[in-house]
Amino acid sequence: MKDVAFGQYYPADSFVHRLDPRLKILFLIAYIVAIFVASNFYGLALCAAVLILAVALSRLPVGKVFRAVRGALILVIFTAVINLLFHSGKTVYWSCGILCISKEGILFSAYLVIRLVLLVICSSLLTYTTTPVALTDGIESLLTPLKWIRFPVHALALIMSIALRMIPTLMEETERIKNAQKARGANFESGNPLRRVKAFIPILVPLLLSAFRRADELGDAMEARCYGGKKRVKYKKLRFSWRDLLAAILAAALIAGVVLLRVYLGEIV
Amino acid sequence: MRIVVEHLSYTYQPRTPFAVKALDDVTLTIEEGEFFGVIGHTGSGKSTFVQHLNGLIRLPSSLKRQKKIKPKKGCLPPPPPVLKVGDFDLGDKKTDFRALRKSVGMVFQYPEYQLFAETVKEDVAFGLKNFSEGKPDPRQTEEAVREALSIVGLDYDEIADKSPFDLSGGQKRRVAIAGVIVTRPEVLVLDEPAAGLDPLGKREIMQLLHRIHGSWCKTIVIVSHDMDEIAENCTRAAVFSEGKLVCVLPPSELFRDAGRLTDLGLDIPLTAKLVLALRERGVEIDCNFRTEDFVAAVLARKGGAS
Amino acid sequence: MHALEFRDVDFSYGDPSQDANAFRIRKLNFTVEEGEFVAVLGHNGSGKSTLARLANGILTADGGEIRVFDTVLGEKNLFEIRKQVGVVFQNPDNQTVASIVEDDVAFGAENVALPREEIGRRIDFALGAVGMRELRGATVSRLSGGQKQRVAIAGVLALKPRIMILDESTAMLDPRGRKEIIDVVLRLNKEEKITVVLVTHFMEEALLADRAVVMNRGDIVMQGAPSEIFARSDELLAYNLALPRIAVITKSLREGGMSVKDTLDISSLADEIAGELKCGS
Repeated sequence: MKDVAFGQYYPADSFVHRLDPRLKILFLIAYIVAIFVASNFYGLALCAAVLILAVALSRLPVGKVFRAVRGALILVIFTAVINLLFHSGKTVYWSCGILCISKEGILFSAYLVIRLVLLVICSSLLTYTTTPVALTDGIESLLTPLKWIRFPVHALALIMSIALRMIPTLMEETERIKNAQKARGANFESGNPLRRVKAFIPILVPLLLSAFRRADELGDAMEARCYGGKKRVKYKKLRFSWRDLLAAILAAALIAGVVLLRVYLGEIV
Repeated sequence: MRIVVEHLSYTYQPRTPFAVKALDDVTLTIEEGEFFGVIGHTGSGKSTFVQHLNGLIRLPSSLKRQKKIKPKKGCLPPPPPVLKVGDFDLGDKKTDFRALRKSVGMVFQYPEYQLFAETVKEDVAFGLKNFSEGKPDPRQTEEAVREALSIVGLDYDEIADKSPFDLSGGQKRRVAIAGVIVTRPEVLVLDEPAAGLDPLGKREIMQLLHRIHGSWCKTIVIVSHDMDEIAENCTRAAVFSEGKLVCVLPPSELFRDAGRLTDLGLDIPLTAKLVLALRERGVEIDCNFRTEDFVAAVLARKGGAS
Repeated sequence: MHALEFRDVDFSYGDPSQDANAFRIRKLNFTVEEGEFVAVLGHNGSGKSTLARLANGILTADGGEIRVFDTVLGEKNLFEIRKQVGVVFQNPDNQTVASIVEDDVAFGAENVALPREEIGRRIDFALGAVGMRELRGATVSRLSGGQKQRVAIAGVLALKPRIMILDESTAMLDPRGRKEIIDVVLRLNKEEKITVVLVTHFMEEALLADRAVVMNRGDIVMQGAPSEIFARSDELLAYNLALPRIAVITKSLREGGMSVKDTLDISSLADEIAGELKCGS
């Protein structure tokens, strides 16, 4: 539980791991746009090909990737079934009241399933290959233009950074308090729902108090290190490298590709 | 209640890259009536060990165990772990863990951070309420809370209706300990009960442990980093290092061979350091390393010599 | 010129005129010389932590003045003073703002907007000074207590303070962690010439200081060389402090009729005892 891996980060040294986090976030956004622009199977095939390349470059175990899909499986099946049964089309194979199964319905739900699976894999690729710290750095950097409208980007970034730092500590603390109350006979596992909620009070109260106490002390420690002045700089600057350029070109090519495929081949349904 | 531990092993996050073997084939017995010390560095497995004693960490059930461990050819399968506290068999799933926890009290590190109730008396009574069958009798509850508070040196009438959060650090710690001993556990396990206290607070905690030891509280198991504390108070102590049990000895023998501890990077009590320094100067002092005993031994030598 | 000077400092939590139990410091005078290593002792609630928090303006005095290298601490020069007076606190988990060691060490230097190259140099220096250079990319939450406290010290060092105050920074550590911190502090004092104020309730740590100061109920009640302080055992006990174990042994031996001198050093006590025993025979 003490790991950086409380997110999903899978430590490895790969092309994708080393990409600038900002670029990875932007790539994910571009990718989402691409799979929604892709209007036929050729476009989706292109998207899938790019994703397969990315996964291969990331050196993630295939099992990890499938596990991400498994997490969203219910959503995928649900979407597929609903669309399969409610999408009307010309070539009807079976119908019953408002429910029908048509060729177009099958195609359409297959199309949606592919979109969803690609989306899930691509976003988990981001969290698998980027540490939470890099992710927050990336978000901060991407939000920098908001400074123009006086949005406190630095403060937001600091809040995210402290939250990341404190999550493992508070998780350990929760475990410790839970054990201490269990040792005093507290029962968290049985009883009706109301009782169970009440059973958590002996955990929640100490946890909240501890969080406040920590916040207080952290505030002092930050002040002691000169926090609160007007100017503040950031030591670590994210830098673009050739890898990032390559990935950016890939993303641009992908979008161009799906747009072309859409224009020349039209929609499937 | 006698505590019997055989072949106890425990791994955190097993079968992941982060797997840590916290306990490795630990076998020891703690007799009823002992004031038993557990020493070792942070991460040596001592805290994991004591959390087993009241079932906060469970033994893997025997069925799972058989499935998991496939004996290699020509190798004997590892002997099954045994963990018994009195009549409670902690390896048995059907064991009544609530009853066990009533008999084995556990004081965690910095126990004051588990206080939660609006008043001191409610907080101290929490365990009593949890362990009683049906609704506890209010008069008996008050009696028990009053006694628990008086054992830790606090006055019920003065403090019972206060919020535990308005007390001083030392008082909070004592209220938290009262909340564990209120059920009169036969075995009391404490994980560094004096950590972070000032010298006076430390002394008070040790005094209160001696007050209850030998009455209803038969056995005390204490995790400590303070070798002087171990030398002064314990009947025997177990030394842990990297999940393994190094030895279990009474302080008089444990600290005689200082190298055993210093090789592990552990400290020895001041009296043992003095005995060593005196040996280098050609003076042999034979004592059990309690301060009182050391002083008596030196004075006896002086008396005998003149 | 004193490194740190309290002149008639008044301070109170709560309102003393309303609440008799309100904590207060009245007309406190206290000085620390440049390069000195001072240990501040006192039982819980004696005011020793308040002293630490007043010295760099985290708490504001109600009266009197606090001077740091002859500059009076005030609203306007708060940041200048804080750069000079670094404070390390008690809980190793509540002082780090970043998940990665070097990011946290950079925090103070970032706050005062140093040039980026300089921040890099400061991180190198600070992590080197606490012996953690090889762990600069490590995750803070996976470090030991002693290592976390060393990161906290490095975070303060990155501001290049001339005075360092450790407010019970060893209280929550195991013996190994405590030794790590004390070793670092001693080295900073000797090699980097940083003035050190160590607030502690481990009597053994106070033995290493040039001077020990005992606080009781918001007032300084004893000060002097550690050996002098610990020779006055009855007074110490009256202020709810315990004697270091070695002083207890010396005292009991003397009460048993041996003439051993007060000492806080194991080998000199052994010399004394051995001498006594041999000359008797």
